[in-house]
Amino acid sequence: MTKPKVAFYWCASCGGCEDVVDLGEDLLAVVDLVEVAFWPVALDFKRADVEALDDGELAAAFVNGAVRTSEQEEMARLLRRKSAAVIAFGSCAMLGGIPGLANLYESRDILDAVYRQAPSVQNDDGTLPAEESHVAEGDLTLPAFSASVRTLEQVIDVDYYLPGCPPPTGLIGSAVTALVEGKLPEKGAVLAPDVALCSECPRAATKPDKLLVQAFRRPQQGLIDPDLCLLAQGLVCLGPATRAGCAAACPGGNMPCTGCMGPTSNVVDYGAKALSAVASVLDADGEDEIAARVAEIADPVGTFYRYSLPASLLHRRVRPAARHDEEEVTT
Amino acid sequence: MSREIIIDPMTRLEGHGRIHIFLGADGGVDRAYLQIPELRGFEKFVQGRRAEDMPQITSRICGVCPMAHHMAAAKALDDLYQVDPPPAGRKIRELLYSAFMAEDHALHFFFLGGPDFIVGPDAPRQKRNILGVVDAVGLEIGKEVIGVRKQLRDLVAAVAGKAIHPVFGLPGGVSRSLSSELRQQAAAAAARAIEFSQFALGAFRKTVLGNPGYVEFVTSEAYTHRTYYMGLVDEANKVTFYDGTLRVVGPDGKELLTFTGKDYLDHVAEHVEPWTYMKFCFLKDIGWHGFADGAASGVYSVAPLARLNVADGMTTPRAQEAYEEFVTTLGPKPVHYTLANHWARIIELVYAAERMAELAADPEIIDPQVRTLPSAVPREGIGVVEAPRGTLFHHYGTDGRGLVTAANLIVATQNNAARIALSVDKAARALIRNGRADEGLLNQVEMSFRAYDPCFGCSTHSLPGHMALIVQVRDAGGTLVQEIRRDLPCERSSSAWATNTRETMPWACSRCGRCAVTWPGMRTWWRAPPRAWHCSRSSPGMTARWSSTRSAPAAVRRARS
Repeated sequence: MTKPKVAFYWCASCGGCEDVVDLGEDLLAVVDLVEVAFWPVALDFKRADVEALDDGELAAAFVNGAVRTSEQEEMARLLRRKSAAVIAFGSCAMLGGIPGLANLYESRDILDAVYRQAPSVQNDDGTLPAEESHVAEGDLTLPAFSASVRTLEQVIDVDYYLPGCPPPTGLIGSAVTALVEGKLPEKGAVLAPDVALCSECPRAATKPDKLLVQAFRRPQQGLIDPDLCLLAQGLVCLGPATRAGCAAACPGGNMPCTGCMGPTSNVVDYGAKALSAVASVLDADGEDEIAARVAEIADPVGTFYRYSLPASLLHRRVRPAARHDEEEVTT
Repeated sequence: MSREIIIDPMTRLEGHGRIHIFLGADGGVDRAYLQIPELRGFEKFVQGRRAEDMPQITSRICGVCPMAHHMAAAKALDDLYQVDPPPAGRKIRELLYSAFMAEDHALHFFFLGGPDFIVGPDAPRQKRNILGVVDAVGLEIGKEVIGVRKQLRDLVAAVAGKAIHPVFGLPGGVSRSLSSELRQQAAAAAARAIEFSQFALGAFRKTVLGNPGYVEFVTSEAYTHRTYYMGLVDEANKVTFYDGTLRVVGPDGKELLTFTGKDYLDHVAEHVEPWTYMKFCFLKDIGWHGFADGAASGVYSVAPLARLNVADGMTTPRAQEAYEEFVTTLGPKPVHYTLANHWARIIELVYAAERMAELAADPEIIDPQVRTLPSAVPREGIGVVEAPRGTLFHHYGTDGRGLVTAANLIVATQNNAARIALSVDKAARALIRNGRADEGLLNQVEMSFRAYDPCFGCSTHSLPGHMALIVQVRDAGGTLVQEIRRDLPCERSSSAWATNTRETMPWACSRCGRCAVTWPGMRTWWRAPPRAWHCSRSSPGMTARWSSTRSAPAAVRRARS
């Protein structure tokens, strides 16, 4: 039997996804069954090498990281063409991930914050990294800085999703096994259990049938019981809205789930789902009281859309009108 | 006739490092520029987030050293809310931090530092790789490094939720206490790590210090920079990773100043250049005087060598012994040889393992009291740790609700950025004469890189957190005359780039023997590399494809069995 060929590619990522693959000692036996055809750290890797493949010759391409640069976009399109299946690997590829929070700000605000406003910067003439700059010896160029973070699906057609930040090794192993055995589910599937995280949480038994929370608190505002349901303790735990598959790792560390595994199926906007799940346990009556309680939840965007802002219906902050006018005047 | 040499990932321009070398009319190097071409902007998008989320959000700066960012942020939260963790909380933090440092350093020893220094800098180039290390010290080490790292990572995951992107850091302590079972697990992991570190040190002694050419090589001028050094020390001026006072010594070894992390803005500043997204740190007390070393330049260095240079010794017995040997051999301090970082890293590995054992043996560590609840109104917090690659500063300003309004992050490699730029420039100048790039250029440039173990993903919070280098030598007409490539995904890379042969490196190109392929898990799968293939360079017009006609080389078959 010929081994299926697979490719790995990373877009905008922190390296954690790569690390988790690397560390998956238990995966060795499984991955022995595939032929790793391409990987971007390959020394002599060229786009031409991928281009020379027959369309669909790769059984699968595992792509981690969000898409931010034109080069990443082109590689994603190329891999799409050459692969029978493309798997969005990890929260960033699937949902945009934490770096996707950059979509809350404009590029120039980010450049200003880093190179002009940072308190340790000494930059009297306001120098910013520039696409073209002239030094004594000649000219130097840099790629433009882009603040728009997109999910893989917003760039190419994606067949499967492996959620998590980083994805749990068990799920990676199952995915590769399914690939080798030709038992991948139908297109569009998330390769993780389609149930809420609570189902595998060791605290599940302590979750009340009718859960009602008087007021939400933040982790530093009190001790956290290591055995009781975190939501029942008044912590914003996103377990009810989040997909299982990580063995409830964060509740295992005695901290609430923050939703890196993304939603269960048929959820369009994870953040809205998470917000609704949390709101549904609020013990409040009347619009005013509900509004007051919800207002107590600090930073709803960062809480409910921490990993999924680029994948959300809004995708990014809509540019304030004032800023827009100002730009029109100045340009 | 002037020429330019561009060290550049030709096909993958964005998201990679680039070295641009300008040659003068005489064919010598005018100046070499290290450019980092990406940025993510964590400082901006953490604004509006909850302060207590910083340890988890900033760990996503780097999936290689998430614990360093997690811990620096947690310490900044202590400062923000003006709370000190109870003894057990502090000790659990330091226990896991030591485990992380040991794991990170162990990896570097085996896969990056090892090839240059265990096999030896003057060993044949084709031997200077992972398999060369195995030849020198035995196959068991390969299994052991995987085993030790796994045990350390499992411990971190068991206590902190996840090893990659931990969740346990909170203002005033940690989210959970340590059970006696976990304490035993920690003690066992520490014991194994100590044994491994002693083995690493012994192997280093035998194969490197026993080699008369080694000291001469390390101390050669091409790898020497006389700069300031910075690092954390404890009350007795000993090396510490988790907490202490920052100490700066000059190129002459004299103490320039000491300061607490809270005063970092009085002493550390950043310089901006238009040609890179990297900011360059310098000592405010001296000032920015361009890319230069010496006492008159504010350029300073961090990371293992700097830490040994600023400290008067180590707190643990085996590490102290190793430290003394280091100073005797390479001293007097400060040791200015960039390549000595590799040795310093092993000494720190010994210390990290011994410190773990100390903490695991401390009965107080299982005390259930692991958090001090904050009551102060938050305003501003600063946290400093020594990350594997050097001093790491996290600084947050918040509103009264504890929502971040401003953030400043100075990461380890950024402190080293100016000195790394100097090293690149110096290596280029030393090697390029009469307009010719010596074939060893890239290897030697990369050796100076590798000594710092730089993480450009961290240092620009860039995307992606990897760095690739390709040297291209072009003539005046722009025609490519020479090309050598190197991909360096943080520390995740094989060190055997451009120096491979099929004989020693079965995954190298079967025709040119130099090009190599790495893939996820190569470090763990090296015993079972892919089948023969050949690169596109060795067959113009053809493509690099895996060939299924060859079986694994004999060396591989042996290793497999």
